[in-house]
Amino acid sequence: MEIVIEFIGDFLQFIGGRCLECKDAGGNIEMVYIVILSIILGIQVIESVPTVLHTPLMSGANAIHGVVVVGAIIVMGKADPDNYVALILGFLAVVLGTVNVVGGFVVTDRMLDMFKKKPAKKD
Amino acid sequence: MIGDYILEIAYLIASVLYIFGLKMMSDPKTAKNGNLWAAAGMFIAIVATITLYTYDIKNDAGEIIEKGVHLGNKLWIGGGIAIGTILGYMMAKKVQMTDMPQMVSLFNGMGGACAAIIGLIEFPHYAHNPDSSFLILLTIYAGVVIGSTSFAGSMIAFLKLNGNLNKDIRLPFYNVMNTGLIIAAVGLTICLAGGHIGTESVDIWVYILLGLSLAYGVLFVLPIGGADMPVVISLLNSFTGMAAAFGGFLYGNMAMLTGGILVGSAGTILTVVMCNAMNRSLSAVIFGAFGTGGVAAAAVGDGKQKSYKQTSPSDLAVLLNYSSKVIIVPGYGLAVAQAQHVVHELESILTSRGVEVKYAIHPVAGRMPGHMNVLLAESNVEYDKLVEMEDINPEFSTCDVVLVLGANDVVNPAAKEDPSSPIYGMPILNVEDAKHTVINKRSMNVGYAGIDNDLFYRDKSSMLFGDAKKVLAELVSELKAL
Repeated sequence: MEIVIEFIGDFLQFIGGRCLECKDAGGNIEMVYIVILSIILGIQVIESVPTVLHTPLMSGANAIHGVVVVGAIIVMGKADPDNYVALILGFLAVVLGTVNVVGGFVVTDRMLDMFKKKPAKKD
Repeated sequence: MIGDYILEIAYLIASVLYIFGLKMMSDPKTAKNGNLWAAAGMFIAIVATITLYTYDIKNDAGEIIEKGVHLGNKLWIGGGIAIGTILGYMMAKKVQMTDMPQMVSLFNGMGGACAAIIGLIEFPHYAHNPDSSFLILLTIYAGVVIGSTSFAGSMIAFLKLNGNLNKDIRLPFYNVMNTGLIIAAVGLTICLAGGHIGTESVDIWVYILLGLSLAYGVLFVLPIGGADMPVVISLLNSFTGMAAAFGGFLYGNMAMLTGGILVGSAGTILTVVMCNAMNRSLSAVIFGAFGTGGVAAAAVGDGKQKSYKQTSPSDLAVLLNYSSKVIIVPGYGLAVAQAQHVVHELESILTSRGVEVKYAIHPVAGRMPGHMNVLLAESNVEYDKLVEMEDINPEFSTCDVVLVLGANDVVNPAAKEDPSSPIYGMPILNVEDAKHTVINKRSMNVGYAGIDNDLFYRDKSSMLFGDAKKVLAELVSELKAL
């Protein structure tokens, strides 16, 4: 029971309170707004996609979640220069994240290259 | 200080660019620019982070001892980005159009691994600090669990699509095992986040958690086969999105948060859309309803000796030449054989002789939705010749010859007629309505779903065995000779 109350307290603090790892006092409630609005946006954006574009779109979305590389850069930048485990792991994370971003966008671009000519050809 | 504001504005611009980019990607005309917009957003977010991100250094008591420190280790960061850029660019440029699905899966796995590693590096800072709240720890561990599951799952999906792992391996009681693994991982995550595990043994348990998540990722994708593969990739894609969003929560980083959540929700909807296209529920995909049913159906099929007719390229050339309407049904076999150019040549010859030629595109033909469109677009097949399932199905009855090229499950009448079939209920292309159906396959082997196809034994069907590219090349030369 105590754990439940503690959890609810944490949860409320989390939603209405300060951000997790703060520089300034920023309400998490803003984050919650962003999460909910982003979910709705994501749904809206995808809903009316023709089947033809499913693969490029999946690939494009795949590139966008490569934004996780930003987190890897932050981890890497904060790592103690003597902590080799963190440095090596962080380096690996930056490489993997960058491959995700660059590879993702280039592959999507190649896929979409093939659609580009079609409408022009019809004229 | 001013740098902080510029950083936040840069993240805002990046987020707006992702959203517009994604939106533009849902229309063929603007898709290419949309991708560039999203890429520009990503570039802004990365450059802004490296140059402008600052943090406060705290001592063990939690007091700030230095404010506004810029990120260090820039050489390492720069080197990592340089290597990643070269690797990613080379991989993306070298890959064959037919291998796109596994490449997407591979990139997805790398993003997942990146998210998991971030959690692994960050957790010691928080786990050993008694002031860390339950939710901050939960955020970190959830990033590790989801990221590593996505990584392991994507690697298995990659190996399967790449043909290194052809069989759908089903360990005994895999559903029980998988469910057990999820429960164990979730339970352990909650125990760790709740601080119920002593600080001295936290590290070991986090690595056990990592192991559990990796094992779950492997076991989750291993038994999944058939047309379900695209759904799995899309699902893992949204997993990685969520893992990135958890990272955004941890750092209060808006670019990561919006990007991650956007992909998480868009990926989930895309997954549902794909499931609907196949008339399958997501839970049926995950819990592997393809399993036992498929094996049973195939066994029944093998029991009866059924006969089929065979045809040759020269016979088919004559048949096609005197048809008035031909519909081509491309499938994965066409992609494997790299026959997209020769099929376009066939189409051009037939069109020049007054035959109406169309392509019937099933939503899940190939290994990903839209796979066939991408492939045929590569060989300059005109966009409006590719007709989607709903629009082409009524046309089969007015068509003389249907040429099925390496497609199997998407034309299997069992989906309509046999309630015991594992693919029952999946919408299919009604090729059996046509006057003649010619099916090109390499052999009589079953398709990816592992079930027999009654279509091959129908009176109006005939088989044309061989590699799609070779057979079509013969067909083209026979046609030219006519």
